Amino acid sequence: MQPGSVYAIKEGKDKTEQHTLSVLVDNEPGVLARVIGLFSGRGYNIESLTVSETEHEKHRSRITVVTMGPPQVIEQIKAQLERMVPVHRVIDLTVTGKAIERELLLIKVRGAGDDRVEALRLADAFRARVIDATTESFVFELTGRTDKLDQFILLMQPLGLVEVSRTGVAAITRGPDAT
Amino acid sequence: MTRQMTGAEMVVQALIDQGVEHLFGYPGGAVLPIYDELFQQDKVQHILVRQEGGAGHSAEGYARSTGKVGVALVTSGPGATNMVTPLTDALMDSIPMVCITGQVATHLIGSDAFQEADTVGITRPCTKHNWLVKDVNDLGRILHEAFYVARSGRPGPVVVDIPKDVQFATGTYQGPTRVEHKTYRPQVEGDPASILAAVEMIARAKKPIFYTGGGVINSGPEASQLLRELAHLTGFPVTSTLMGLGAFPATDKQWLGMLGMHGTYEANNAMHDCDVMINVGARFDDRITGRLDGFSPGSKKIHIDIDPSSINKNVRVDIGIVGDVAHVLKAMLAAWKSAGHKPDKAALKSWWGEIDRWRARNSLGFRQNSETILPQHAIRTLYERTRGKDVYISTEVGQHQMWAAQYFGFDEPNRWMTSGGLGTMGYGLPAAIGAQTAHRDALCIDIAGDASILMNIQELSTAIQHELPVKVFILNNQYMGMVRQWQQLLHGNRLSHSYTDSLPDFVKLAEAYGAIGMRCEKASELEGAIDAMIAARGPVLFDCRVANLANCFPMIPSGKAHNEMLLPEDATDEAIANAIDAAGKALV
Repeated sequence: MQPGSVYAIKEGKDKTEQHTLSVLVDNEPGVLARVIGLFSGRGYNIESLTVSETEHEKHRSRITVVTMGPPQVIEQIKAQLERMVPVHRVIDLTVTGKAIERELLLIKVRGAGDDRVEALRLADAFRARVIDATTESFVFELTGRTDKLDQFILLMQPLGLVEVSRTGVAAITRGPDAT
Repeated sequence: MTRQMTGAEMVVQALIDQGVEHLFGYPGGAVLPIYDELFQQDKVQHILVRQEGGAGHSAEGYARSTGKVGVALVTSGPGATNMVTPLTDALMDSIPMVCITGQVATHLIGSDAFQEADTVGITRPCTKHNWLVKDVNDLGRILHEAFYVARSGRPGPVVVDIPKDVQFATGTYQGPTRVEHKTYRPQVEGDPASILAAVEMIARAKKPIFYTGGGVINSGPEASQLLRELAHLTGFPVTSTLMGLGAFPATDKQWLGMLGMHGTYEANNAMHDCDVMINVGARFDDRITGRLDGFSPGSKKIHIDIDPSSINKNVRVDIGIVGDVAHVLKAMLAAWKSAGHKPDKAALKSWWGEIDRWRARNSLGFRQNSETILPQHAIRTLYERTRGKDVYISTEVGQHQMWAAQYFGFDEPNRWMTSGGLGTMGYGLPAAIGAQTAHRDALCIDIAGDASILMNIQELSTAIQHELPVKVFILNNQYMGMVRQWQQLLHGNRLSHSYTDSLPDFVKLAEAYGAIGMRCEKASELEGAIDAMIAARGPVLFDCRVANLANCFPMIPSGKAHNEMLLPEDATDEAIANAIDAAGKALV
């Protein structure tokens, strides 16, 4: 498939893949807008986005972005990111493999009686922590892979789920070396 | 070299330190301190334009004709938003430009102050990079970084947005230092293994072609020389994109003419049938490739580009070489020579035989046999009458632009300035002014259309004020010709709003500005009139009345491949009406 074509090309030949990219940037004003603008301007997908300054004295931030697309589009996204002036480097954690991905979830559940007991029992099974409690509600904190969080939210739905806040994916490679 | 000075002084000092001799601009409230500094010096000459967009396109023309960074200076708000088109234009065509914009004072940012606009926000997608300077002590460093970013790697436009209080504030000026940029370090040398593989592939080619682009021009004059050397050493045919014209001489026998939508029959068929395609600094743009699944289906492709994101973007290639054209070509030449490669003479002979058969179709042929001037004849005559002169050509956008590309021959790089990627009507006159500013004694001609010229006609006043004797050669057919051509192709010849009623009298218009107005309506008088235009000392508006309904051929209709061209002799009304199928109609 030739994604850059203005001409009608038969779609669906290449499978869509999900990739987690780690983008090391200079933490200068507007850098996040620049990265997001690239994705929206060129029609790429953002499944998840996590940003924070990671090396304070060097003013560097790590942007972890989970994106979807056919292999050629993923290659194009990386090349487009790499040529941006404040970008130090782009690491495709899906290609380097062995990366650890975690997300943090805060979830509020309201209920009484059996529902409340069941919520607490499931939270325990998932190793979620209770970080706020009232006589009729809990706020749980849970970290884990995205699918684990999705599963927990699904289970809380019938038990009085009120609202959800999640951080998006943070990721890092295994082993002793920096990426 | 650090010194205490005001922000406004730093701007002028940085321009001087960067070797800037000319800048194009328009004053306003938020840049008054910088204008005050400009007033008190004579190292940098300021060209006052008539609309900020004119400053941007002039800076582009200046950059394109010199290889240097073009500089524009405009005020906040509308000054900055008027620059959006030139910035986008420069980004698409990889033109190095530094645009300095004024901004409201830092404490007013975000308050919807008078002439406030989020300039860095608005220009983020249309620049290579941009900066809002909030501390005067950062200003010197940022300005020099801006020049570095604009000219390095794949060149492009940058914006430095300077609030008015920062211009007044005093701080430490940091001069240009040759330290490595902390993040932006484009790859200049090509990968040696890929270069060797490419040379091997070239040596085995039986039906090769060089497909060259604007990257050869941007790489500098040496790149054009190296391209010529490699082409002559191998004996391969050469074609070029619109942006690359002049890198290889149009008078050379290996030249096939431009390729693409309005390229020659021989160039496009050679692209389609080749077995090895060597893309040197071009980007497989949709105007070039036509239908991608029918694009040169049988060839191995080599792609040299300084921008890694250009490689495998539109067309998958077999060997991608990231690097500067001049550096890569030099390495390829060395590898070719040291391996003792010789081109396959017999195969090339038969390949040139095929090409000669395509050439024999004479796809740019036309018959000028009445007193009505054909536009093709007008350009051809302009070319002939200006040969041997120091000529720079700019164009607007439309049919006249394609005719200029087809019928005007360029033998040297940096002589041709046109809006290729963005297709900006109104580009040509300010671009010619930019080129003329850099080359005072040269003959700078804007080949224009009657519609395009009116988009930035006010810049004629700039030419008068600064005694820049640009010539505007208008192919006047009273239509937006390219729009009309597409309406004929796609919309049943319903010419919706493409006829320009109430055109001004261009001769009187010229005179109103203080320029020279000329008109020519007869083919027999054209040569003499063009000679008079060339001889005129000041700016000229030349109203060349041409056949109203002439169309631009040959053409690859939308949705078709390189070997499905519509040639002029086949372009009957019926063929035109049926050239594009339903799927092709949705395309541009």
